[in-house]
Amino acid sequence: MSEMTKPLLEMKSVSKEYNGNPVLKDVSFTLGQGEVLGLVGENGAGKSTLMNILFGMEVIQQTGGYGGQVLIDGKEVKFTSPLDALKAGIGMVHQEFSLLPGFTAAENILLNREPENKSVLSLVFGDRANTIDRKKLQKEAIEAITKLGVSLDPDMLVSEMPVGHKQFTEISREISKSAIRLLVLDEPTAVLTEKEAEMLLKAIENLSKQGISVIFITHRLQEILDVCDKVIVMRDGRIINELEAASTSINEMAKLMVGREVATSINPVEKDRKISDKVVLSVKHLWVDMPGETVKDVNLEVHEGEFLGIGGLAGQGKLGIPNGIMGLYPAGGTVTFSGNSIPLNNPRACLDSDLAFVSEDRRGVGLLLDESLEWNIAFPAMQIHGKFLKKYLGGLINWRDQGAIKEVTEKYIKQLQIKCTSSKQKAKELSGGNQQKICLAKSFALEPKLLFVSEPTRGIDIGAKALVLQALREYNRKYGVTIVMISSELEELRQCCDRIAIITDGAVSGILPASTPSEDFGILMVGKTKKEAK
Amino acid sequence: MNKKMNRKFDTKDFIANNIVPIIFVVLCIVCYPIAGYSPEYLIDQIITRLVRNSFLVLSLLIPIMAGMGLNFGMTLGAMAGQIGIVFITAWNIVGIPGLLLAAIIATPIAIILGWFCGKMLNMAKGREMITSYMISFFMNGVYQLVVLYGMGPVIPLHSDQVILPRGYGVRNTIDLINVRRSIDNFLQFNIGPVRIPLLTIILIALLCVVIIWFRKTKLGQDMRAVGQDMEVAREAGIKVERTRILSIVISTVFAAYGMIIYLSNMGTLNTYNSHSQIGMFSIAALLVGGASVSRASIKNVFLGIVLFHLMFILTPQAGKNLIGQAQIGEFFRVFVSYGVITLSLVLYEIRTRREKAESAKVLANAQEAKA
Repeated sequence: MSEMTKPLLEMKSVSKEYNGNPVLKDVSFTLGQGEVLGLVGENGAGKSTLMNILFGMEVIQQTGGYGGQVLIDGKEVKFTSPLDALKAGIGMVHQEFSLLPGFTAAENILLNREPENKSVLSLVFGDRANTIDRKKLQKEAIEAITKLGVSLDPDMLVSEMPVGHKQFTEISREISKSAIRLLVLDEPTAVLTEKEAEMLLKAIENLSKQGISVIFITHRLQEILDVCDKVIVMRDGRIINELEAASTSINEMAKLMVGREVATSINPVEKDRKISDKVVLSVKHLWVDMPGETVKDVNLEVHEGEFLGIGGLAGQGKLGIPNGIMGLYPAGGTVTFSGNSIPLNNPRACLDSDLAFVSEDRRGVGLLLDESLEWNIAFPAMQIHGKFLKKYLGGLINWRDQGAIKEVTEKYIKQLQIKCTSSKQKAKELSGGNQQKICLAKSFALEPKLLFVSEPTRGIDIGAKALVLQALREYNRKYGVTIVMISSELEELRQCCDRIAIITDGAVSGILPASTPSEDFGILMVGKTKKEAK
Repeated sequence: MNKKMNRKFDTKDFIANNIVPIIFVVLCIVCYPIAGYSPEYLIDQIITRLVRNSFLVLSLLIPIMAGMGLNFGMTLGAMAGQIGIVFITAWNIVGIPGLLLAAIIATPIAIILGWFCGKMLNMAKGREMITSYMISFFMNGVYQLVVLYGMGPVIPLHSDQVILPRGYGVRNTIDLINVRRSIDNFLQFNIGPVRIPLLTIILIALLCVVIIWFRKTKLGQDMRAVGQDMEVAREAGIKVERTRILSIVISTVFAAYGMIIYLSNMGTLNTYNSHSQIGMFSIAALLVGGASVSRASIKNVFLGIVLFHLMFILTPQAGKNLIGQAQIGEFFRVFVSYGVITLSLVLYEIRTRREKAESAKVLANAQEAKA
């Protein structure tokens, strides 16, 4: 029984870089049999990469493997495909469901592992002509469900299930694999109602009692306290701290999660800045059906000339807000802009009322990739406001004014320091940062009264980041344009914004001035108001 | 609990979901008195056409199950069947043994064509229908090349009945006197004036049983999985590409057999037209039966054939009685098939979009419930 004393899983100074960018540094921890380990950290802290290594996901090999050792039962393993990990008894439940909507729970649980009946015909046509043993399938599915300890109807179609039951189906599938010893749950409760989440936490306890270890990734810190034995807090690719769940608190974890040192070239927001009391944009009961970023009920007021930040964890709905208001996804509720109500689901009406939007989907929504920079910058202004056009025959015929287009493009190239060979270069040939600047220039050229900017720094390097943020800030200060910036990076918001709204579960969980310490925002992000946390 | 309340029978929904069959039922009811056919004649005709077409239409079910939509490539199977028929006619092999031999010749051709088609469709995922439609046009050219120039000099066939007087190439129409109704006449009996071709019915019943059995096999289960979500199926370790190719191969082979039954029932082979027409008519018939691009059952097959062909029988006569021209029915037949296919494709899109809008409605309702 010496194996029992060895930890089930051990990671020894695991590290990983993508294209010279370190994303994991010296990560070491151990996990014993039947233990429940909580893993918390902001988006981009390295949790997913760590799990990808544990699973032997192909993306790891394709980008040059990893450093350090992964040991199972004290023996080093190097998984080269998720199948290897499965064989070693590791199962994972991903954030996105991997279920077939037209199959029942039982069929999904045993997908491609269905028990079969041999028949005469299979001698002729091979194994795939075996019929499926429905009774046994049912029995095995029920076994897995019972092991998990939840109530789930094996005959229910996945398409008719509430989200929680889908989650249970997914977990049951992992459990039904006979050799399962370690189960990784990636934010399983994010989509669940409170009651369902409770059931799931009980199920985790059940599994742990049966000797199955669990790695539990979540943003809801209370759940960590409820069910985990220990917690690992990650930030910027490192393990910041390993805590005993019994002796820590939500506040401590939230602080560790977000409390990074801020090295920045941008000055913090001026203290004496005065924001007018006039509400320029008011949003009431907004819902947006944007897949993966559902907005349920957002109420928000933006003041004139303000720089408002909207933050929150991925998938909570912050991206849905501008996309919904600007009419890119089905939405409902009331939006009023300087006294006029804005019709939803109508992008043109938004643009006509001097709203503009820089999308997070730079290449898809933001740019005409195969066209020149001139076209990219001038096109919306031409389309919406009829700028850069020469009129003939009393406006019957409109010709493009190439001279004016070139002039405005060169103005923005200079102003935003866009690196390009000429204003005629194609947009797809620029780097991510410069593309982002083109997107900004495009919306500046519209001369909007209010500008939504969604994830302006996603996927661009630090130098370009500072420039983009600087440009936005200047635009706000110089021209008095109201800006609403949505970003996953809290520090970035704190550098630029006057106030920051945090979105949790499709609703505003709080709005605080940007000077508030970051752990307060951290607490809002994990869905607790300050009072509750204390 | 909410779900159950919603399941209540909704007339509007029922009509929206079954609009195509409903249009046809109405059409037939309107045309019936105008045409003035006796019910016995109609029943006899319907049974003949059921027998003639159902094997072909049934062959479409499996690709739909695998999520590949309507297999316009069934034309390839029909070509294979026709080649088989051409050979046995040239060799003068008579009756059921002749048809069996035709099937044996057609099978490998259908397998190769189906495999080729499946391979192509795997390269054009998500655009299977238009691709298979174009493949059938393309292969039609190859078929014509073989039949028009290959048969005679390259493929030795020397039968005045089949080959053109110039010495090569197959005649435009071939009289299939050797095999005409030979399956149907075997074990046929009459109920009053209505002919019941028992053996053909047994064959069709057998294919239905095979399809039901097939749904229960591992391969059938895999196809259903692949049809719903290729990525999920792949993650679970199902060989997605292979499964899809198999579904097309099976469909093509069944289409070849179906074509042989069809031709023997018709008694003449229209060498250069039969196959392309039959693809269109089979698909239209299936859709008339209430199938969609993603869902089709045996029930749809038979209902579709009955309604579609009832209309074919009724409209020429109705047209003749109304304005003295039978042509109008012929004309009707072609434009209605294309119309039905277009309508079904558009309805399918609308339905998907409506389902998407549902999820938005759920959000709005959730908010109202809270307030």
